[in-house]
Amino acid sequence: MTGTEEKTGTDENTAAAAEPLVELERVTHVYPGGVQVLTEVSLRIERGELVAVVGPSGSGKSTLLNLIGTLDRPTHGVVRIAGHSVTQLPDQALSALRATTIGFVFQHFFLAPGVTALDNVADGLLYSGTGRGRRRERAEAALRRVGLGHRIGHLPHQLSGGERQRVAIARAVVGEPRLLLADEPTGALDSVSGASVVELLRELNASGTTIAVITHDQELAAGLPRRIQVRDGGIVADAPRAVAAR
Amino acid sequence: MRTSPRLKSARLSPADTFRVAGGGLRARPLRVVLSALGIALGIAAMVCVVGISASSQKAFDERLKALGTNVLTVGTDSQFGSGAPMPRQADAMVRRVEGVTDAASTGEVKDAKVYRNDRIPAAESNAITVLSASADLPRTLGLKQAAGSWFDSGQAAYPTTVLGADAARRLGIHQAGDRVWLGEQWFTVIGILAPAPLTPDLDNAALVGRQTAERDLGFDGHPTSVYVRVDERFIDKIREALPRSANPAAPNAVAVSRPSDALAAKHAAEETFTALLLGLGAVSLLVGGVGVANTMIIAVLERRGEIGLRRALGATSAQIRTQFLTESVLLSALGGAGGTALGIAGTLGYALWQGWPPDIPAPVIAGGLAATLMVGATAGLWPAVRASRMPPSHALASP
Repeated sequence: MTGTEEKTGTDENTAAAAEPLVELERVTHVYPGGVQVLTEVSLRIERGELVAVVGPSGSGKSTLLNLIGTLDRPTHGVVRIAGHSVTQLPDQALSALRATTIGFVFQHFFLAPGVTALDNVADGLLYSGTGRGRRRERAEAALRRVGLGHRIGHLPHQLSGGERQRVAIARAVVGEPRLLLADEPTGALDSVSGASVVELLRELNASGTTIAVITHDQELAAGLPRRIQVRDGGIVADAPRAVAAR
Repeated sequence: MRTSPRLKSARLSPADTFRVAGGGLRARPLRVVLSALGIALGIAAMVCVVGISASSQKAFDERLKALGTNVLTVGTDSQFGSGAPMPRQADAMVRRVEGVTDAASTGEVKDAKVYRNDRIPAAESNAITVLSASADLPRTLGLKQAAGSWFDSGQAAYPTTVLGADAARRLGIHQAGDRVWLGEQWFTVIGILAPAPLTPDLDNAALVGRQTAERDLGFDGHPTSVYVRVDERFIDKIREALPRSANPAAPNAVAVSRPSDALAAKHAAEETFTALLLGLGAVSLLVGGVGVANTMIIAVLERRGEIGLRRALGATSAQIRTQFLTESVLLSALGGAGGTALGIAGTLGYALWQGWPPDIPAPVIAGGLAATLMVGATAGLWPAVRASRMPPSHALASP
């Protein structure tokens, strides 16, 4: 675990001892039609970090999340997740990477209606090769972990917005991924529910999960240890780290 | 060094595949029911058509078996027979052929017509023929009386007649004892025959005894049809021997036919209609398939979020494709099962109503279900491929 490849020699790449969980090297992303949303972005997220990616809408932060989450491949540049170069992996391997290494939380939860909280969470393990019984056992444990042990048999429409997002977070972490990506997790919630969701993310981070939260909420971002500011397809600030002025 | 364990996506068990596909259907029950209904109607129509046709065939076979397929008719050939009538004792001669168990004859009384009474204009003869009948006609053909009785030897000397089923209906005679105006004199109706499917000629005839025909109606005594009941094992041989036995002077002048064959041919002709109905059923199945395809395309468009989520959870594009394909096949199979049940119920109901023994050939059911699976797979293929090719980020971007 000592060797760090320095192929590109980006000025920001300090030779860390451990391999970073997320590594973007001069990543450019162009949408079909020619709109360039990211320009030469380089970024590293180390294991155990809790990062906020902040920026106004249209800044490219959602694209950044899609690239980190391997839901999209960069037009140029290299994205490495847990050491795997995303560009070179076939669909099957990328899917396996998502199934085992990355958990997602979305603004609008994406819970299946008419399906209990337990089974929604158990679906987080559906594509991991775990048997149904074991999936449900672990789902129950995950629901308890997010404080919803009493809501196991409830349907999504019987839950409050904050509870639904907790169910979604339980689904994201039930497979114990190393990386949790949350896209505007509090965007659809009132401030009290939002705060409790942020608190939950902090707890998960404290127990070892690396978390990146995408948000346009400056207040939320201010409370997190590291803030990456994105604007016009580039990183303009990375605090507490400094970004070299170009 | 970089640890790079092989990334291998896990297989989704068949049970999970069905559970996921079934869940997709359960979420939209009304739409599922409606599009399954399209398939169901197609399959039900096809099962009904085949089932009803098979039941009708079975009923016909049983009826034919009851009527007997061992009757042969010897008639005067329409092409070569006009100049060579059969001899007066033709039925007696035919009875000598080995394997013949019974023989009887009828002879057309050419100039006689029959009317309800003597005031009916001569032109309104209702096309009823007057036939001289030998005494053993009912026994030979297994004829049943609908009313009254057959000639007995005593009565045959007086002007009496037995009417065929249609002839009686046309003359408005419903019971024995009435009189009809036959050959310019009154005849007493002593009996009415039940319909005789094997020998429809008799249905539309007024039968008179041979003696009466010769004495009162100027019948020449030459039979025009000889009916022969034979031992079925020798039927082909007897068939060959009959012309020479019935009319030794002019064997070419007679034609031998098997009435049960004619009946079967007529029935088969009616059955060709079922091919058309079957085609209509197939078309409605096709329309049902289009409905399923439509439902699946809408499902894929609507469920972009779900597709994106599943991709984020680690589903491969192949697993997404399988999910939607399975969903489509399940949807179609649902319709197929419902339609088969509907078709069986329809066939049972119709057969019962018609008094037929219900018969639903098992291959039809198997074929129907196989067809629905095919339709489901075909209808779901393109939507499934479309779902699987949707880039995950694009799928998640939609509201």
